[in-house]
Amino acid sequence: MFTPDRWLGTAFCFIVCTSAATGTWAGEGPSLGVELSVDEVAAVDITVMPDGEGLPAGSGNAKAGTSVYVANCMACHGEKGVGGVNDTLVGGHGTLTSDRPQKTIGSYWPYATTLFDYVRRAMPYQTPGSLENNELYAVTAYLLHLNGIIEEDKILNAETLPEIEMPNRDNFVWAYSP
Amino acid sequence: MTDQDFEMTPAAGNGLMERRGFLRAGLAGGIAMLVAAPATADRPAWTKTPGTAMNGYGSPSRFETDVQRVGIGSLPGTVGTGASRTPLEQLSGTITPSGLHFERHHNGIPDIDPDRHQLIIHGLVERPLSFSLETLARYPMTSRIQFLECSGNSGALLAPTPAKRTCSQLHGLIAASEWTGVPLGVLLDEAGVKPEARWLVAEGADAAMMSRSVPLSKAFDDALIALYQNGERIRPSNGYPMRLFLPGWEGNMSVKWLHRIKVTSTPAMTKDETSKYSDLQPDGTAKLFTFPMGVKSVITNPSGGLHMSKPGLYQITGLAWSGAGRINRVEVSADGGKSWATAALEEPVLTKNLTRFRTAWRWNGAPATLMSRAVDEHGSQQPTRDSLIAERSRGFFYHYNAIQAWRITRSGEVENVYA
Repeated sequence: MFTPDRWLGTAFCFIVCTSAATGTWAGEGPSLGVELSVDEVAAVDITVMPDGEGLPAGSGNAKAGTSVYVANCMACHGEKGVGGVNDTLVGGHGTLTSDRPQKTIGSYWPYATTLFDYVRRAMPYQTPGSLENNELYAVTAYLLHLNGIIEEDKILNAETLPEIEMPNRDNFVWAYSP
Repeated sequence: MTDQDFEMTPAAGNGLMERRGFLRAGLAGGIAMLVAAPATADRPAWTKTPGTAMNGYGSPSRFETDVQRVGIGSLPGTVGTGASRTPLEQLSGTITPSGLHFERHHNGIPDIDPDRHQLIIHGLVERPLSFSLETLARYPMTSRIQFLECSGNSGALLAPTPAKRTCSQLHGLIAASEWTGVPLGVLLDEAGVKPEARWLVAEGADAAMMSRSVPLSKAFDDALIALYQNGERIRPSNGYPMRLFLPGWEGNMSVKWLHRIKVTSTPAMTKDETSKYSDLQPDGTAKLFTFPMGVKSVITNPSGGLHMSKPGLYQITGLAWSGAGRINRVEVSADGGKSWATAALEEPVLTKNLTRFRTAWRWNGAPATLMSRAVDEHGSQQPTRDSLIAERSRGFFYHYNAIQAWRITRSGEVENVYA
């Protein structure tokens, strides 16, 4: 992946400067990284991918998510995701081509997994990281239900969450391809 | 010093002067001031008493306390979810003092103990690795003087009517620093990236655990794990003890307080890269991964909110930059874009850095409209506001890089206008 030629092209100055000074390093580090075990990585890896990779055990539905939302989210995002002081989370369908596009979870977000990932890492605002996995699945289900994407009793877990097709998914195009 | 001291030739309409003429004028002005300095026995007070002592960490003059970051705002109910802006019109040169570098945070500035901070690289690698700050200090480092711009910079200029704002209020989500750190490719090489890897997902150790997906090609091209900014350890507001630095790309991707990099085959589709930093098109589709910041320039002096005291000779100066490389040319107009003069670019003109431009202007006291437009080394030109808006939907907020116009009134007030 990382050939000497490529290195030469990308960090030429470093090679010239350090190899001249030390005569040892030629774009390579001293290999001081400490190898981690699978468990050590799992303890910190909270990234959830669109295919569901990284989703934890647990489950919840919108019914259970109502109380999670009221207790932790409503103060900023309003009753049922509308009318709060911060981001509106519900509605906006059909507005993206209008003069006042409303980019909500339901009208804009392409992946349901993003919602779980974001709430787990960053919410609730005052106490991020405080919700249990069951609460995270439940509040994710609640917000998807408010947006008319799933039924109130639909159980979300590591298998069912990535299966959800968000209404606006096909409207995203990549401006960059690797 | 009068206008007769200057032998300058017009370079464009409404008083823009040929730039070699300005250099002569500057020299003449300096000489005139030297001669005019009075020799007197009445010494200023500060020459008649010993000065103060040395101290451990310096600070600006007590007469400069008004030089502050501006436009500080946070979302309702929060103190650290928002932005502050670099006071562009109060600075010169191209390096932004670290304490005046703009900020954009998602849940405040974390108070990170460097001894307990680790950078973890895992995912599609042969060996998941952890690096302490002490360990990284032994790695080969490189320094680059380059800009960092928030993708939302200048977005206020999409408003239908021009807001009466200053240059820094409108454009202050830009700064340039000397960034020093370990090339990310060195660490990825040590971990051993697997053939199927194409992306990495970077995560910060702030309360939002801000996360962005980055193409692996960028990581091996010019990405740094930056540990120093302008010679000292990166400040907490810029990612202490380490941040990702991705030259020329939208600032949100240069994840601050970096503590984890997961190597992947696909992007994670994080909240920021999908629901926020994506560009809504008029047909309702949205572009993901519009990474580079476009070619752009802005006149910082004179600019919105400043005052021109009387007609005469002035220096027009500003900043130009491109996320794709070096600035090739900046032109300035004093007649609302009817005619243009080439501005002088101050050396060094560095890739993906701020470039300072200057030109001379004799203001005749009549209302005038100043503009600047930049071209980068690839021939990309800064668009007009009209052409940029014509291509956009109303929901396309990011990557605003249109030509800025400043209107100077008969009384010398300078204001933001659309021209």
